[in-house]
Amino acid sequence: MGFWLRFNLLVFTIAILSTPVLSDLILSKVDRRIDLTSQIVRITSTLKVENAGSGLVSEVLLAFQSFRLKIWYLMATTNEGKGKTKSAGVSLPVEIANPKGMPPALTVYSVSLSKALGEGDTMSLDVLAVFTHTLKPFPEKITQADIQLVLFQDSAYYLSPYAVKFQSLSIKLPDARIESYTKIENTKIHGSEIKYGPYENLHPFSYSPLVVHFEINQPFAVAQELVREIEVSHWGNVQVTEHYNIVHEGAKSEGEFSRLEYQARPHIRGSSAIRHFVAKLPPRAHSIIIGMKLGIYQHLICGLILKELLIEPRYPMFGGWRTAFIIGYSLPLQDFLFELEGKRFLNISFASPINDLVIDNLVVKVVLPEGSRDLSVSTPFPVKQRQESKISHLDVVGRPVIVLEKADVVPEHNQYFQIHYSFNKLSMLREPFMLISGFFFLFVACIVYVHVDLSISKSSASYLAKLQWDEVRATIQQVESIINQCLATHEKIEASLRDLSRIGDVQACKTTRKTADGLLKEHSKELKPLLAFLQSSPAAANILPKVEELVAKERELQERWMAKHSIIVDCYEKKLGGREIENRVAPQQQKVVALRQEVEDLLEYIDEI
Amino acid sequence: MADPENAKEATTLRYAFGNVLSFFILLLIGVLAFWIRLFSVIKYESVIHEFDPYFNYRVTQFLTKNGIYDFWNWFDDRTWYPLGRVIGGTVYPGLTLTAGTIWWILNSLNIPLSVETVCVFTAPIFSAFASWATYLLTKEVKGAGAGLTAAALLAMVPSYISRSVAGSYDNEAVAIFALIFTFYLYIKTLNTGSLFYATLNALAYFYMVCSWGGYTFIINLIPMHVLLCIVTGRYSSRLYIAYAPLVVLGTLLAALVPVVGFNAVMTSEHFASFLVFIIIHVVAFVYYIKGILSPKMFKVAVTLVVSVGLVVCCAVMAILIALVASSPTKGWSGRSLSLLDPTYASKYIPIIASVSEHQPPTWPSYFMDINVLAFLVPAGIIACFLPLSDASSFVVLYIVTSVYFSGVMVRLMLVLAPAACVMSGIALSESFSVFTRSIKFQLHGLSGSSQVDSGDASSSTVVAQNDAGKAEKTEDTAKERPSKKSKKKEKGIVDKPSLKAKIERRLLVLPFEASIFAILLLVLLGAFYVVHCVWAAAEAYSAPSIVLTSYSHDGGLHVFDDFREAYAWLSHNTEVDDKVASWWDYGYQTTAMANRTVIVDNNTWNNTHIATVGTAMSSPEKAAWEIFNSLDVKYVLVVFGGLVGYPSDDINKFLWMVRIGGGVFPHIKEPDYLRDGQYRIDSQATPTMLNCLMYKLSYYRFVETDGRGFDRVRQTEIGKKNFKLTHFEEVFTTHHWMVRIYKLKPPRNRIRGKTKKPRSKTSSTTRTKRSAATKRNPWH
Repeated sequence: MGFWLRFNLLVFTIAILSTPVLSDLILSKVDRRIDLTSQIVRITSTLKVENAGSGLVSEVLLAFQSFRLKIWYLMATTNEGKGKTKSAGVSLPVEIANPKGMPPALTVYSVSLSKALGEGDTMSLDVLAVFTHTLKPFPEKITQADIQLVLFQDSAYYLSPYAVKFQSLSIKLPDARIESYTKIENTKIHGSEIKYGPYENLHPFSYSPLVVHFEINQPFAVAQELVREIEVSHWGNVQVTEHYNIVHEGAKSEGEFSRLEYQARPHIRGSSAIRHFVAKLPPRAHSIIIGMKLGIYQHLICGLILKELLIEPRYPMFGGWRTAFIIGYSLPLQDFLFELEGKRFLNISFASPINDLVIDNLVVKVVLPEGSRDLSVSTPFPVKQRQESKISHLDVVGRPVIVLEKADVVPEHNQYFQIHYSFNKLSMLREPFMLISGFFFLFVACIVYVHVDLSISKSSASYLAKLQWDEVRATIQQVESIINQCLATHEKIEASLRDLSRIGDVQACKTTRKTADGLLKEHSKELKPLLAFLQSSPAAANILPKVEELVAKERELQERWMAKHSIIVDCYEKKLGGREIENRVAPQQQKVVALRQEVEDLLEYIDEI
Repeated sequence: MADPENAKEATTLRYAFGNVLSFFILLLIGVLAFWIRLFSVIKYESVIHEFDPYFNYRVTQFLTKNGIYDFWNWFDDRTWYPLGRVIGGTVYPGLTLTAGTIWWILNSLNIPLSVETVCVFTAPIFSAFASWATYLLTKEVKGAGAGLTAAALLAMVPSYISRSVAGSYDNEAVAIFALIFTFYLYIKTLNTGSLFYATLNALAYFYMVCSWGGYTFIINLIPMHVLLCIVTGRYSSRLYIAYAPLVVLGTLLAALVPVVGFNAVMTSEHFASFLVFIIIHVVAFVYYIKGILSPKMFKVAVTLVVSVGLVVCCAVMAILIALVASSPTKGWSGRSLSLLDPTYASKYIPIIASVSEHQPPTWPSYFMDINVLAFLVPAGIIACFLPLSDASSFVVLYIVTSVYFSGVMVRLMLVLAPAACVMSGIALSESFSVFTRSIKFQLHGLSGSSQVDSGDASSSTVVAQNDAGKAEKTEDTAKERPSKKSKKKEKGIVDKPSLKAKIERRLLVLPFEASIFAILLLVLLGAFYVVHCVWAAAEAYSAPSIVLTSYSHDGGLHVFDDFREAYAWLSHNTEVDDKVASWWDYGYQTTAMANRTVIVDNNTWNNTHIATVGTAMSSPEKAAWEIFNSLDVKYVLVVFGGLVGYPSDDINKFLWMVRIGGGVFPHIKEPDYLRDGQYRIDSQATPTMLNCLMYKLSYYRFVETDGRGFDRVRQTEIGKKNFKLTHFEEVFTTHHWMVRIYKLKPPRNRIRGKTKKPRSKTSSTTRTKRSAATKRNPWH
């Protein structure tokens, strides 16, 4: 406690030395409440300020010990009215001030009042100061079985550059063991609450050290870095991705970690461990994913109705252990994006949705759609700002990204901030259009490729041969189609013969025969030039014999058909019996079938080539 | 009737329709091949699987971050501490470069996919490519119909799925594609005799060399086939064009890959190709001489050349044999030797034998991995002989050799799978065409028989059949195309078999009922295959093995995520430079997931180092501590499945540690750990076993879980129940106790240790001390 003593002496000497009081303010009543139930220390002070001197006073000074550099949030509100307007406190600007003559062990903030205090005027001021990293684990290293004890140090008297007439202090502790606390006059303990005071008429810079040593098993989760990426899509979605890097800053764990003991008696052998985090997501959040560095996290318990997300780290986190994970969720656009005078603005919360999390370094990146212009940011507290761009799907110039950085963030910082920008609605169609045109050009390119002759040399032998071969193939296909038509004609004849056997109409049969004859003649005429071409073309040399064979066979087939036809017609005219006809036709029939087969085979063979 | 224009249009339309149809079928096959492999992502998550893929993933990350030049020069100090490993020179870069290129292309197109996503989906993408390559290969052998069938079969063959599910980011995933594509280009060159394809073939071979050590299969199989062709008198200029450029270009390109380097000309695996290269030149020369000389002169020349050639051959052979014999392993690497002599590995290299995928497969694993294909393969082989062409003889050779190799090593089942698919594709498509043809024939025969009285029924049936069967026939006839590869030259020779085949086909008309029944059976067989494949993909092969699941009695899914829990703990809560010792199986995962330096990993290149870790694990606590401390180890990681019944834990692998350790440090003797030749951990176990580090680290405080220490894997109570650790302390144990991490205690203060000799110490510890004192620390 040597430090304390020294500090004490210092303060008192300063208090004596600094006789010229900064202003003639008097704090007529100070009511302090210190909340120590979590790692975040919240000190709420209600000050009744009275101007005892003459002249207007427009600022009130608040002093804090400098070693508590981590004052992360300071808000002062006035309650001027009585009763009815009390709830509507106006927050006043607070800034760090360094008036002369202040002891270096103190950091002084000045609160600018909205209305200067005249002589004899009083006003009441609510000051909320939030500290982190002020609860010092003592002992600093504990084993798995030990409970976590912390020290809290402050002054029993309200440390102020002004004289304090009447003051009281109450400290709220978690419902657990209290190891020790400083006992001075007027100290009362009531359950888990310690009360100091009331003390009356104390000088400026009065100081009386106060130490509370108590058990706390709340998680000391500190996110050393949190990167929140908020991506706005005008197609109806705001995607939030948060990268956490969390460390347990309670008493460091030392010695063995026994899973057995942790599993058997989790509340005794691991009381200080962080088992889970609870995140309160916005009400219409959906598509929630929790990812870890090594893949998506499985143990996800999620009260979807309340939008409370229970995140279990892969292992229970003891003091000094770290972990990292990602939370991603989507939000409906209409809840967060609004339009105002032709400009759009995004209204979204600044800090993390996880309860009771201290963030050492918060980076918020807001990714706006490509083509957003005239960006401006308004935040409820000062932040570092810069702009970069990010290239993602279907981007050409990149999306504008506003990066907001703030160190030392506590849950009180979880307020809404706004980003104003303008965006042309037509730009929304750009990406679909890009896709459509991309596919269009792909298809056009395919069509062009298929239809364009890409050979380099138009006079090379192989190219010419290919051309010739194409011609030959076309010709052969023509030949084939003619032969096929001949075969079809044969079928017609056959059909007419069948009709004949059924109906006995000889005349009809004869007419069919005549037309068929005509058709076949035509076909053979058509065949001639084709055959002549094939004979002349050298490329067709291989296939020519086959084609010729085919044509010959087909002709023979024709003749057979004709013969058969005439025989049958003859027989019918002579009114011969069915058996007789069959006998006569049989040899022809056999040949027809055989020939037909051969023609088919040849056709097939030629087809293959 | 239709005029000629119309008819012509009809035929072209038919061709166009056929092409479009096969295009879409292929597309669907690709989609099928991709989707069937996504079970692992859907059932589990998009995560890299198993062991080796983690290493590949890490290498890919390095490549994408640091670029190709740094990649070649990468010396990895995170592994094999304190030796390190030259990654750039010892890794097959094909897979990494492929995924890296895909990632780079996607990112330059502004598609911000993570490296992990690209790695996870590389294997399914390449299996789609592989099925297309199978189509091309089979089409070259037996036509488009067989090609489509084979592609569909390959898209879902379980053997290949097992290595290429999404997340299984391993060399085999791309190598199988490269293998099939190389074979396709070889056959294509053989069929066309085009130098263009020959060059492409060499490039495909280069890609294969980049991707997988299995490239030696190609460089031995193709020479075998060339030799076969020469011996059976099928030498042609096409064969020469297919082979000679491959050997020259392929060897040059292969030597460019750092991991192969001069091995491409120095090791025996490649000698076959050079030998055949010489033979084919001799044969080509003989054919050339034969062409310019008269028959009489030729005979004279033959006698001359044969005598000279014999001398040269003898000389070359003598040199070769001398070269080979001069090296201790006869120039063959251990893995290749174990291919030729299946008992080699278990005799001499325990580290190869200890890997389960290097064991010979069992019969059920054939059924599991290729299923009904095993029955279709013989039919396919028969179909390949009707008629036998260069291409089909190659496929036959391929299946025969791959069946042998798959019988030696489970892992090489993967090489068998494409061959089996090609064969079964041919068999299925041929039998379908036979059955459908006979059904059509019979169908028309039946309808025609009602008109028999007209007398000309039979002709009409033939006509009708021919018209109706046209579409079918184009399919059939397409199959014979490759057999007539050079229309210009060998028309005469080729005509005969094709005509003969036609006659045979006419005869191959089966009874109507029989063919209907057979088709039904075939469809049933196919359906069974599909069901089996989907089951295998969904249930058997999609588990990522770092996340385990089990179903509880009430049907709820229970996830065992212990491995990642442990690795996450290591990566967040230990110092960056800490060294973690574990059995080599977990080396890759530790470096990739926890980013900590390991002593040994799955690359198993240094047997002594692995033996050291094995020795430490099988030594008593004090000796083990000394070994680990001398290796600068801070944490020891063991995998223990006794609590939840996870069978592949370190206790079950322990005998291999003993064997490998004992192979280098003879004071570790396997019999010390066995009671009457039996490996046991219950009260009957030997004291050496019960006092070794692995036992202690696995069962430390295990007895307190249920009071009697019942091991669910071994189904016994453990032998030694209550003991304390003196040189190690437990720092982390995962939720299901599957991974336990211990920290080495700092060396004890000497004086204090003497004065405070604890009396409470059990007799076991003193015994440990004594035995430790007698045993030698291999590192001192």
